[in-house]
This record gives sequence, structure tokens and C-alpha cells, in this order.
Amino acid sequence: MSGAEKIDVTVTEIVPVNELVTRFKFERTDGGLLPTFSGGAHTVVEMKDGDITRLNPYSLMSDPMDQNAYTISVRRDDEGRGGSLFMHQKVSVGDQMVISYPVNLFSLDLRAKKHLFLAGGIGITPFLSQIKQCERLGGAWELHYACRNEALGSYVDELTSKYPYEANVYYDDQKQAIALEGLLNGQPIGTHVYVCGPKGMIDWVRATAEKLGWPRETVHYEEFLAPQPGKPFEVKLAVSNKVVQVGEDESLLEAMEREGVDAPYLCRGGACGQCETRVIDYSGNFIHRDHWLEDDEHASGEKIMPCVSRFEGKTLVLDR
Amino acid sequence: MTIQFNEETFRDDYTFKNSDWAIQRFPFPFHEDSYMYSVNMEQHRGGPEGSIYEKRFDVDEHYVAEMRDRAMVLADDPLRCQSLPHMTLAGWDLLELIMVSKSEDYPDLFELHRDGDQWRWVNKPLGIDDTFTFLDETTLPYGPMEYITRQAQGDFCVLDQRDDNLWMDAGTVTTQADWSLDFDIGMNFFEWHAPVPLAHEKGIFVRALKFLLNIQQGAPARRLNWTMTVNPLLDTSPENYHKWGVQKTTLTPENIGQKQHLRVELQTFFRLPRSNALVFPIRCYLCNFDDLMTMPKWGRRLHRVIRDLPEELATYKGFIDNRPMMLDYLSKFDDGLPTSPGIWPERETEPALNT
Repeated sequence: MSGAEKIDVTVTEIVPVNELVTRFKFERTDGGLLPTFSGGAHTVVEMKDGDITRLNPYSLMSDPMDQNAYTISVRRDDEGRGGSLFMHQKVSVGDQMVISYPVNLFSLDLRAKKHLFLAGGIGITPFLSQIKQCERLGGAWELHYACRNEALGSYVDELTSKYPYEANVYYDDQKQAIALEGLLNGQPIGTHVYVCGPKGMIDWVRATAEKLGWPRETVHYEEFLAPQPGKPFEVKLAVSNKVVQVGEDESLLEAMEREGVDAPYLCRGGACGQCETRVIDYSGNFIHRDHWLEDDEHASGEKIMPCVSRFEGKTLVLDR
Repeated sequence: MTIQFNEETFRDDYTFKNSDWAIQRFPFPFHEDSYMYSVNMEQHRGGPEGSIYEKRFDVDEHYVAEMRDRAMVLADDPLRCQSLPHMTLAGWDLLELIMVSKSEDYPDLFELHRDGDQWRWVNKPLGIDDTFTFLDETTLPYGPMEYITRQAQGDFCVLDQRDDNLWMDAGTVTTQADWSLDFDIGMNFFEWHAPVPLAHEKGIFVRALKFLLNIQQGAPARRLNWTMTVNPLLDTSPENYHKWGVQKTTLTPENIGQKQHLRVELQTFFRLPRSNALVFPIRCYLCNFDDLMTMPKWGRRLHRVIRDLPEELATYKGFIDNRPMMLDYLSKFDDGLPTSPGIWPERETEPALNT
């Protein structure tokens, strides 16, 4: 079986946070306790949308020590393939759903003397559980959170009223921006920096930290990519001896699963490396979108991450 | 069943012994008539009733004596138990995992009563009844990892996970097959495995690390490993090599059946929830050759495995000098008949030794 262990849950609360973001609360359907987890962990939510089963990862934002319920926040993506729209439009309180055990690809480095959190937009969610973990266990932290405008600043009020000294908020429409160089230069030795947000923000933080001499292992980032739609293509699976058509709105991984091929996965967002697949033969171009493979591996034509990457061309044969 | 705990020692007069029950459930590690390294992992979710695989943390007749031996090792050498400062949360994770597992799996021996952060832990075999505050170290006599591993058989390595690697940042290691926590503390997965022959070339460690990094909450894994030990010694550490190394030269054709032990490690792997660390319990089982030979299948197979083992492995496992004497003994239990696949002794169906 692929992916993490599953938990049957019931949706017990749905709260619109703002125009784009809605919060969902899950409790175990059998009334038992949920596993504790570590701040920064995500769960993969199964969505049965007609004939399609979508599996989307969402960061857990609730208190990691609270075993009664998990909460996630879902940002509506009108341009996406429909996972977030399904959550917003088709899920109601009382619905039964299946989620995965917590998986953490963005955990705190507990050696850190201080945790510096940099969030962009919906990238705030993993920090909400990490902040609760720090507060419970006494870790020093500071948050810098960039939002588009006040109306879309999810959880800003809660953060600034509870943590007026630690939480700093910046609004794009008021031309406010994180003064990154000064912020990084002012940190005490032993600080670790964590960034979650759009790709541009992650690249900016990583490049700036590197330029300022931050050790690579003190800079942590997480960006879940949603698989993007693309032109349909055909793939031959050598091990399972199948030819599979990948549709416009599904990922290569989803197409394999639809055909009953047990392909490994964890994050489904190009970050964890679990679904890495060897390419046996190809004639065409890869559209690599993952964060896992190195540039030379992308160029080699030998590997693909089927959760987010696609292919355009005549022949693609995979070792799966 | 109620376990009758043995009164026995793992040093000096070596009164350690296995009951018939313990021999039958001994984890014989060879599933075929030859051996080579592999990432022989499987899920750790129970197993046949009464087998060492059945419970999350196996408790057997040696429990009380093993814990007494551990206390003696720690009294002589406190560095056998170390936890770097960032690993305290993982220690609490481990304490919770063991207390919850043992109280659920052995309710007649262990009890855990939780009221919020106020916990009461009852360990009947060791006569412990303690009340403490979860996540408050000042309410326990030791740090959380040391406290609970003084009450659990086997060694425990608590591995921090970061930078796509595992780090030996905490552990209690008193029953080890010739490696040292004090030497390895702070090392990463490739560093602490550097001395192992052949496996690096085979890419074993790259694949093993990838597997371990992806072990998730609720899905523990396990494998068996093995070596050879003369006398039923739990503490075969580099620190005490001067005491036990020389004992390997005391083997004679007359005493080998009693003195030579097959040493098997049940290695399990659990993701720890609050810290995202990985705990790697290494549980040691010992069985002497005479007892092993009571299972015809094991007699035939052990002879073939030891005979055909590559020289590098016999050297690394420390029995190259004694191998000829072992083979003289073992060959008497190999009549050339085929063996059935798998590790189980198959006492009902495997033919008796043809003499």
C-alpha cells in the first residue's frame, strides 16, 4: 500500500476565514483520539469527486498536542484542477472523509536557539502548529508574515493579539515588505529560518540567506505544489505492462492510481521524493515541476516525479 | 500467559538459560540456507501468537534479569546512556510509546493511568509505581529516555531526522554487538555505519536510509540481524572488550555447545510523533548451539550458513578464528536433507536428524 496510514474522520466544523480561505475541522469518526504530531506536519485528504479520487496535502494548523481534532485551512484556487473547489463547495459538516496520518517534511530543527518563521499568504498554516509547539515547549520564535491585503490576512488578528511582540505582518497593497537582509543579519547565532509561501518568496529567502553566509542546514522551506493541468499524454508502464492515458486535469500519479498501479507517494507535492520513478525510454520533453530532483537529474531524462511533473512527446516508458 | 521471570546472570557465573518456550520462539534469523546483507525490512504489526513479533515491545522470561544487568552497566559507565540537549522531546515520545504499548499489550504486568499531564506508571515485575508530570523532567528520577529504557529490554537509539539524514543524537546502549554509543554520538547514518564491510559497495546503506527516512507515524518496521557471542554476554561493548574478547579463546570442542551463542537482534523502527525523530530499538536474543540443535531445521541450516559465509563477514562478526571449531560441531547436525523456506522451526513437519 502506498502513502501513510489512513484515519476515518468526520467534518465537525467549517469556518470561512475570509473570501478565499476556509477552515475545516476533523474528528475521528469512531470517537477515539487522533495521533499527536510535530509542528509543520501535513495530512493528505482524500476527496471523492465523482469518478475522481483526489489526494491533496494540507498542513495541520491545530495544536500538535490536541488529540481531539485536527484543523486545516484550504485556499480556494479557481484556476486549479478542482481539489480546493471541492473542499469549498462540496464538503459539509457531518461528512465522513479519509485523511492520512500526519507526515512531517517541514519539522523544526530542535537544535535551534531561535526559530525565525517567514510566511507568505496561505503559507502561514504550518507555522500555526509550529508556534503552538514552541509555546508549549518553550522554544524562542518570531514570525514575519506577508499578506496581499488586510481582508485576505488569514489569522492575522489572532496572531497579533496573542503574540504582539513575536508576530509581524506586512501588507502588499500598503507597499509593506519584509526587510529581509536586515532581519537575517540581526538574528542571534544558532537561529534557524523557515519559509513557506510562493516559490518566488522561497527562492528570495534561500538566495538572500546564502548570500549572507547562512549555513545551508539552517534554512528550511516547504512549498507544496499543486499538480498543474496540461496537455494529455500517453505513458507505458513497463513493470505493470500497461499503457495509460494521462488526462488534461489529472497528474501522472493519479492516472497510474486510476489504472490500479500501486505507485508510492507521500506528499503529492513534489517535495518528499517518495514517488521518484526511473525513465526507461522517452522521445519528447519533460515538464519537470518538482523540488526533489537536482537540475542535472532533470536534464538527464532518467527520472521523473509523477506527482507534479508531466511529459509532452511521442513515447514515455517508466519503470513502474 | 503469565511470564515466569528467570533468576539468572549475564556475567561472571553465566546462569542465563532459555526455557523450552524461549527456544521455540527464538528468532532464528536465516530464512534460507545462505546469508548475505539485504534491506530485509517488513512492517512491524504483530505476528504469530506467542512469537517475538506479536507485541510492539516483546517482554520475555529474561526481562527482570536483563534490567538488573543494564543497571550494573550504567552504574559502571554512565556514558552508555546519552541524550543531546535537543533530544529531550524525543525521549518523552519514547516514554509514551513504551508505556502505552506495554500497558495495552501486557495489562497484567504494566499499567498506565493518565489524567491530563498527570501520569501514573505501574511496572509490576520491577516493583515500580511512579506518578509524574508528562513533559516535566523534574518529576522523574532520570531523564525520560533513561527512565523508560531502564525498564525496557534491548538497546535504544533515538535518531534525529534532519538534512535528509539520521543522526545518532541519543540512546541507551548496554547490550550491543561491539559498537559504542559514546563513540557514535552525534554521527550521521553513513558515519556510524562506516566500519561495515561489503554493504557500502552494494548500495545497501543508501537504500536503507531512504527507507528509514520515510517511515511514518503508525507504520513501524522491523528486521533481524545476527552475530555470534561466546558466553551469554549482553554487554559485548568496545569499552569492555578487554573483559569479553579474551573469552572467545576459551572455546573447546567439549564446551562449544553450551558456550557458543547465536546472538540475534530484533531491530524495529518507529516514527516518534512530537519530535519527528526515529527510534531504533535493538533487542538482543541469545541461544546456545545445543539448544538451537533441538530444532532439526535450524541445525541443518546453521551449518550451511556458517560454512558458506564470506570471510569478510565472519571476520567482521568476530568469529573467523572459531569458525573451524563451530563447523566441526555443526556438521554433525547436517544430514544433507533439504530445509523448508522461512525462519520458523516447523517442528511438526521437518524430518528428524538422520543419523
